[in-house]
Amino acid sequence: MLPVVLGLAILGLWWGAYAAGMFPVGTVPSPVDVITAFGHELASGRLLDDTIASLYRVAWGFIGAVVFAVPLGLVVGRHARTRDALLPWINFFRSLSPIAWIPFAIIWFGVGDPPAIFIIFIATLFQVALATAAAAGSVPKIYYRVAEDLGLEGAQVLIKVTLPAILPQLVTALRVAIGVAWMVVVAAEMIAVRSGLGFLIVDARNGLRMDLVVCGMITVGVLGIVLDALFSRLARIPSVRWGFDR
Amino acid sequence: MSEILELKCVGFDYGALKVIDGLDMEVHPGELVVCVGPSGCGKSTLLSLLAGHLQPTRGTITRQGQTRTIYQDGGLFPWLTVRENIALSKSKNVDDWLQITRLGEFADHYPHQLSGGMRQRVELARALAAETDILLMDEPFSALDYQTRNRMRRELVATLAERPRTVVFVTHDIEEAVQIADRVVVLGLRPTSVRRVLDLPPGRSRNPASPGVAEAEQAIMEELGLT
Repeated sequence: MLPVVLGLAILGLWWGAYAAGMFPVGTVPSPVDVITAFGHELASGRLLDDTIASLYRVAWGFIGAVVFAVPLGLVVGRHARTRDALLPWINFFRSLSPIAWIPFAIIWFGVGDPPAIFIIFIATLFQVALATAAAAGSVPKIYYRVAEDLGLEGAQVLIKVTLPAILPQLVTALRVAIGVAWMVVVAAEMIAVRSGLGFLIVDARNGLRMDLVVCGMITVGVLGIVLDALFSRLARIPSVRWGFDR
Repeated sequence: MSEILELKCVGFDYGALKVIDGLDMEVHPGELVVCVGPSGCGKSTLLSLLAGHLQPTRGTITRQGQTRTIYQDGGLFPWLTVRENIALSKSKNVDDWLQITRLGEFADHYPHQLSGGMRQRVELARALAAETDILLMDEPFSALDYQTRNRMRRELVATLAERPRTVVFVTHDIEEAVQIADRVVVLGLRPTSVRRVLDLPPGRSRNPASPGVAEAEQAIMEELGLT
């Protein structure tokens, strides 16, 4: 309830300031225009199309990255020599802003979905790999002794002990990563494609439609909250909850 | 009678630090041997050697059969339920073990939802369900409160009466040692070796007034320099 009240209060302030003529012309749209723009964009179906386009890119980039990052992180976390060799490089690439990859993304993949998906992939891959490696490196030794007693060996240990042992930390890492991916997709779409919420925002700005810019920003923010809420639910899975309950 | 565990002049170093030196010990099948010693004397290292998790720097260890270790705390996989943890033993009689250790009601609970005593019962069930020959217990009841600790001792003895196993039990608790052991091995300061072996009168699950208990306690205290 409190967030809704606060939101209405901000809306009221915004409205009041706009009505009082406190903003120079063209810098801040009126709330009425924003709401009207929302109505138009929803009715025309463009907002939905752009939202789906953005979510589609995030989904593929994110899933692709997780598929590579988790096994990579497990091996880096458990195998000392691999860790020594790869950790500095994972750190190097993690420190690079995903936006810095945009020139290559366009040269390698042209325009459309692939360059955007590639940038999401890059943005998520190194982060999740690093978080997985850190978690896998700090699994209590006692679990491995028990595993040895139980006759587990090699890949079985990785799948039956290391992976479940790091799941709570992995869930937290995925939650952070999806947030980053969602931020990055907007930036990528401003440059590499002609659809998606990022494109909607930059296209609106080019047409000096600040009401539409705000409309796009609100949509991005709301979907960010929804994605985070969905990922936070992963922590309630019974075999993950132990990491959060104690 | 052939020994199920035999240590001959065993030594173990962590780098330059001699933890164990010249330790001789044997364990007969079905015996419950309790090792007591001052803290930091290498009791846990000794169990790791017996389990084969560590290899001795000197001397030889012969082991007839499989070992299973029960730790003080934290040996259960927290992402598995009680039933799933016990099922890791590959036993077909998981339900029997739930029954024996009175965990039936809690079969679908996760370890963090149980009390310390219940968690140790799950550990015990998981280790015994595997039909392992040798049970190594590393201060298994030390993290429990006094009353639970006493109850767990009796439960261990009762369970072993039903399903006999060879047990090497490490503790710093002298009272615990003399109440459940067939034999108490007193270890000395680091680098540790066997200072004395005490045979206790037959009949485990003794109380402080049982014959031989007070004398054995006294003898151990003297050996450890506590009197």
